[in-house]
Amino acid sequence: MTMTHLPIFVIAAAASGAMAGGRLLDQVPMARNFFVGVFEWFGDLGLFCVRLIRAAITPPYEFGELVRQCDAIGSKSLPLVALAGAATGVVLSLQTRDSLVRFGAKAFLPAVIVFSIIKESGPIITGLIVSGRIGAGIGAELGSMKVTEQIDAMEASAVDPYKFLVATRVMACVLMVPLLTVVSNFCGILMGWVANPLSEPISLRLFLEHGFKTMEFTDYIPPIVKTTVFGLTIGIVSCFQGIRTRGGTEGVGRSATSSVVLSSLFVILADVMLVRLIMMIWG
Amino acid sequence: MKGNGSEIPIQIADLQKSFGEQKVLKGISLQVKSGETVAVLGRSGGGKSVLLKLIIGLQTPDGGSIQVAGKDITKLDEPQLNEVRKRVGFLFQQAALYDSLTVEDNVAFPLSRHTKLSNEERSKRVHELLADVGMDRDLGKMPSEISGGMQKRVGLARALALDPEILLFDEPTAGLDPITAAEIGDLIINLKRKRKMSAVVVTHDVHGANAYSDRLVLLHEGSIAAEGSFDDLQSSQDEFVKQFFSYSSR
Ligand SMILES: Nc1ncnc2c1ncn2[C@@H]1O[C@H](COP(=O)(O)OP(=O)(O)OP(=O)(O)O)[C@@H](O)[C@H]1O
Ligand SMILES: [Mg+2]
Repeated sequence: MTMTHLPIFVIAAAASGAMAGGRLLDQVPMARNFFVGVFEWFGDLGLFCVRLIRAAITPPYEFGELVRQCDAIGSKSLPLVALAGAATGVVLSLQTRDSLVRFGAKAFLPAVIVFSIIKESGPIITGLIVSGRIGAGIGAELGSMKVTEQIDAMEASAVDPYKFLVATRVMACVLMVPLLTVVSNFCGILMGWVANPLSEPISLRLFLEHGFKTMEFTDYIPPIVKTTVFGLTIGIVSCFQGIRTRGGTEGVGRSATSSVVLSSLFVILADVMLVRLIMMIWG
Repeated sequence: MKGNGSEIPIQIADLQKSFGEQKVLKGISLQVKSGETVAVLGRSGGGKSVLLKLIIGLQTPDGGSIQVAGKDITKLDEPQLNEVRKRVGFLFQQAALYDSLTVEDNVAFPLSRHTKLSNEERSKRVHELLADVGMDRDLGKMPSEISGGMQKRVGLARALALDPEILLFDEPTAGLDPITAAEIGDLIINLKRKRKMSAVVVTHDVHGANAYSDRLVLLHEGSIAAEGSFDDLQSSQDEFVKQFFSYSSR
């Protein structure tokens, strides 16, 4: 994706943010209100992040709750992520094989599969799946806690919800998305091999040897950075949408939807920006 | 951390709160002395729940001052406010139990956050607290699996978990049968006698309030319409107070 897509994503993301905040009808007639809404959303997000950072860095730390969240997030999205990774591997294998054969570069097939899965398709597909699965979950969970006053109750018993609920979830996303990506990559590469010998058998050892021959340690750094940022994005956006929920059950539904929409959008946006950034810095 | 006796548990002066155009509280002044129970009455939507939330700092006032346990809570930062909150037990109108935790864990939550009790000690304390509100069964159930009145009682046990000096109860007996309601009333009287707790209890049950409170406060249109003992209010000549009491004794 080129830089020209960037502004479009920014506007789209901001627009859905503003709409998620209020009722659509209030926003449409007045363009001015709309832009105020957009800025308000980003302003609130900034304040939210400040509070989140303060809660996250000051002791005591909620390790027990963090482990529980990691478990919840990991186990909820694991099957889906593995499946999506496997499907990508199959498709990639079958499709690139055709092109490579045509150019007489069939020997590169393992390397192409491994490269494209580890560098791009693994991270982004995991990011989007987790946005859907976990974004909706966090948005709805925190949203319903908010509208049933459970978050107020937590504050009233002198427990900071930003520390106990938000920081743990964001941290769990940051930790789990890279790990889930590893799972997705593994399934993708494995299925890439399985799909390949359907037409021409090659041993798994040989496939992996060819595939990873040109991969170097430094090739793994950008995907790790990327997936960590995806995790952070998903965690922050969905917790933010959840905790600012208003208006009963309807509001909870709105928060769940907007969490998914916004975290997917911001994951794509982060991907676009990080591709540029990593290329500039890392080469 | 206990109060030093001389500090006034709750002191509110000229408290104002609006939501947009709607003025909910228009200058409320209220004092609750140590060991005193004040019942707050008023029409539905009159701002009683808002008043309680202001006292514990869940909402910020537009004007006036709120002192809780000798500290002006509008001027405290988060950690200081939390120190005050640990000394206050709050019961929400809808109980607000954590729906991902069992009944037992709900009550244990404040204990495990703020005390260093061992697991056995904590579980013993939780059982005592729940027994006090008549909820010694169904400890392993989730909040969605127990009735509204039961949720209310679990909320009450949770509010009492940290042995607070100040109680803020939003309709503790609403939705309960007369026997359980009377038991909760007795519980409040006992807490006051044994531990000298101060309490603000929002209620619609005038006669119940008469049994456990020292003073009644009647909110009307954002201000205090009347204040005093049950007999004072019953003999009041104010039109609204008369109407309120005549309907509630029917
Ligand atoms: N967060 C809020 N945003 C906007 N308005 C609110 C909010 N909370 C309360 N209000 C308004 O404040 C008024 C008082 O509400 P409150 O919940 O204090 O009533 P109440 O006296 O507790 O009534 P009830 O006896 O029915 O519980 C209501 O008109 C309500 O609409
Ligand atoms: Mg109320």
